[in-house]
Amino acid sequence: MPAKIAEIIEASTGEFMAQCYELHQPPPFGSLVKTREGEIEIYGVVCEATTTSIEPGRRPIARGREEAEEEDIFRSSPQLAKLLRTDFSALVVGHKENERLYHYLPPRPAKIHSFVYLCDAEEVEKFSRSFDFLSILVASKGQADELIAACLRHAAQAHPDPRAFLVKAGKELAVLLAGEVSRLDTILRRIKG
Amino acid sequence: MRRETLHNEKGRRLGIVVSGSLSKGVEVKLDSTTSVEDIAVGRYVTIEGEKGRFLGMITDVALDAIDPRLMMMPPEVSDPFIAEVLAGTSIFGRMHVRPELALGGDAFSLLEGPQQVKTVPVHFSVVKEASEQDVERVFGRVEEKQFWIGTPLDMEIKVRLNPTEFVKRSNGVFGKSGTGKTFLARLLLIGMIQENAAANLVFDMHSEYGWEGKSEEGRKVKGLKQLFPSKVAVFTLDEESARRRKVSTDFVVEVGYDEIEPEDIEMLSETLNLTEASAQATYRLARHFGERQWLESFLAMEGREEINELAKGLGEHEATLAALRRRLEALRRLRFLVPHARDNAIQRILDYLDRGINVILEFGRYEDITAYVLVANLLTRRIHAQYRERMERAMGEDIAKPKPLVITIEEAHKFLNPDISNQTIFGTIAREMRKYNVTLLVIDQRPSGIDEEVMSQIGTKITCLLDNERDIESVLTGVSGKSELKAVLSKLETKQQALIFGHAVPMPVVVRTREYGSPQSYKELGFREAIELKKEAEKEMEDLWG
Repeated sequence: MPAKIAEIIEASTGEFMAQCYELHQPPPFGSLVKTREGEIEIYGVVCEATTTSIEPGRRPIARGREEAEEEDIFRSSPQLAKLLRTDFSALVVGHKENERLYHYLPPRPAKIHSFVYLCDAEEVEKFSRSFDFLSILVASKGQADELIAACLRHAAQAHPDPRAFLVKAGKELAVLLAGEVSRLDTILRRIKG
Repeated sequence: MRRETLHNEKGRRLGIVVSGSLSKGVEVKLDSTTSVEDIAVGRYVTIEGEKGRFLGMITDVALDAIDPRLMMMPPEVSDPFIAEVLAGTSIFGRMHVRPELALGGDAFSLLEGPQQVKTVPVHFSVVKEASEQDVERVFGRVEEKQFWIGTPLDMEIKVRLNPTEFVKRSNGVFGKSGTGKTFLARLLLIGMIQENAAANLVFDMHSEYGWEGKSEEGRKVKGLKQLFPSKVAVFTLDEESARRRKVSTDFVVEVGYDEIEPEDIEMLSETLNLTEASAQATYRLARHFGERQWLESFLAMEGREEINELAKGLGEHEATLAALRRRLEALRRLRFLVPHARDNAIQRILDYLDRGINVILEFGRYEDITAYVLVANLLTRRIHAQYRERMERAMGEDIAKPKPLVITIEEAHKFLNPDISNQTIFGTIAREMRKYNVTLLVIDQRPSGIDEEVMSQIGTKITCLLDNERDIESVLTGVSGKSELKAVLSKLETKQQALIFGHAVPMPVVVRTREYGSPQSYKELGFREAIELKKEAEKEMEDLWG
């Protein structure tokens, strides 16, 4: 099991939000993360990351006027790291039960305070052998096209032949986005490398 | 190399069936791995249905897109990645396949062989390139000494055309000029002679079947007499021409004026430019002078007065007779026409045919259509009458039927056009004469000129390229899947390719006609050089005497 990177602070069937243990170090946009709910491992694709003040009402103020480097701000005010937080959201794209992968939503959402792990290349490769999860991303709100492109670029790195993987994924998208020529075009331009 | 990979045992997968009907054929969506440019009309494919396999012919190829907007806003296909992604998904090829035969997989159908298609394969059945084994199963394996006509497109197997089946009906060879009709007809004649399927009578307008002919490139090719000296006799109307060309002829045909009947002249109405009244006048002349003398007597008349008097006596208009007289003058130029023939050509021809010897009648210098129509009609009518009589006797007395007779005519539309096909003997033969064991092999470049009713009676049609819309229509009259075959027909190569469909083949097939003209090709067709024959004879002698 790789090292944990975050802890769930909000969860629903289709999405979860987690707070990172390290400030300013969320997992990359589009990368695959997982968490555990009893016997079930839940997979998610990182779809958004934010860094804010820990208290919603208090916004950070600018502190760097006297400092030469940006790092110096944190060095001279070490309490700052404790007053800020980095959160990220992930779209649930599948789960694993009894060593079997399912590319659809799990029966239950993750529990609050579950640990979140970043999947390693091997796991990403295994998960992305099937493209069934793409339909979840295609239907997601927000910057779905950016997310799909980022996710595929990320997953391609885990495959021995990234181009062949992307062509296959592209064909899958061509079918999913049959009536949406311009969306397909946008995504393909973002993954052609 | 490529051919081997295309036609291995299994056949390459091309796509899946997506829609269609039995009457119109099925639509096949091509796989993304199949390029439309690799698909050609006229080729065979197999469709793996749920319960059995189908063999079909590709009759159309098309491009399609999942969204019509793609045509309006073409994606950036210059990028190889995008092009690869879109190929087969957003944009794809389609082909139209006409299922021809069902190749069942069970033991029963293995025994029964390919069956007519009575249904279509289920949705999304896999379509593959037909393997040579499949196609060979349909056409049958060609044994040694059996006749074959050519090979299907991109395949190395031989397409058998069974001459015995072939001669059971009238057949046609069509194609615009220069596409190899003569070559094909010669091959067909060779097939019939090789397998002894019929006695042939060929009206050889341009003297190219009997002795040497010329290929399109001007190369000399052997004629039938050279290939089968003991089975072919060359008759000629023009001894001089035969002598000049160093052809050894068996008989010089003369036609007596006394053999020409009014019907024969009526057939010439078009070529001699006779009016209806003039043509009818010949019958009165025949009654007046007698069947055997009318033409000679009429042609012997000199001067206006004599004709005017005759006209009065017959109740004809003077001008009609005068015009008829003028037009018939053309016959005098035909040197083979004599007052009375020394020998009975019809009997001679029949004698040869009875002995199983095929007769080729060369026209020599008389290549004009008048001579051709006159002689072909005249001889055929009498020969046919004899055959009919014999056949009726054979039926009545339960004796052996005469051997099938195949009469080959060129420029067939002159005999079988809608105006006269009801009256000519050729029209009669085409329509009903297979009952009497006489059939036609018609060779024509303008099939649209042939009576539709006759066309529909033609059993097997072998057509080279035709580009005139009306000709194509006419060749395909009464054929199921007409529009599909039309696409195939109009895309044939100009040379050495022909579409064969009808009675003698289990399904339509585009063939590359077999090669003819090289020593090897002659040998394959059963020709033996003199030296070889001598050697064989010597060996036989040795075997006999020890």
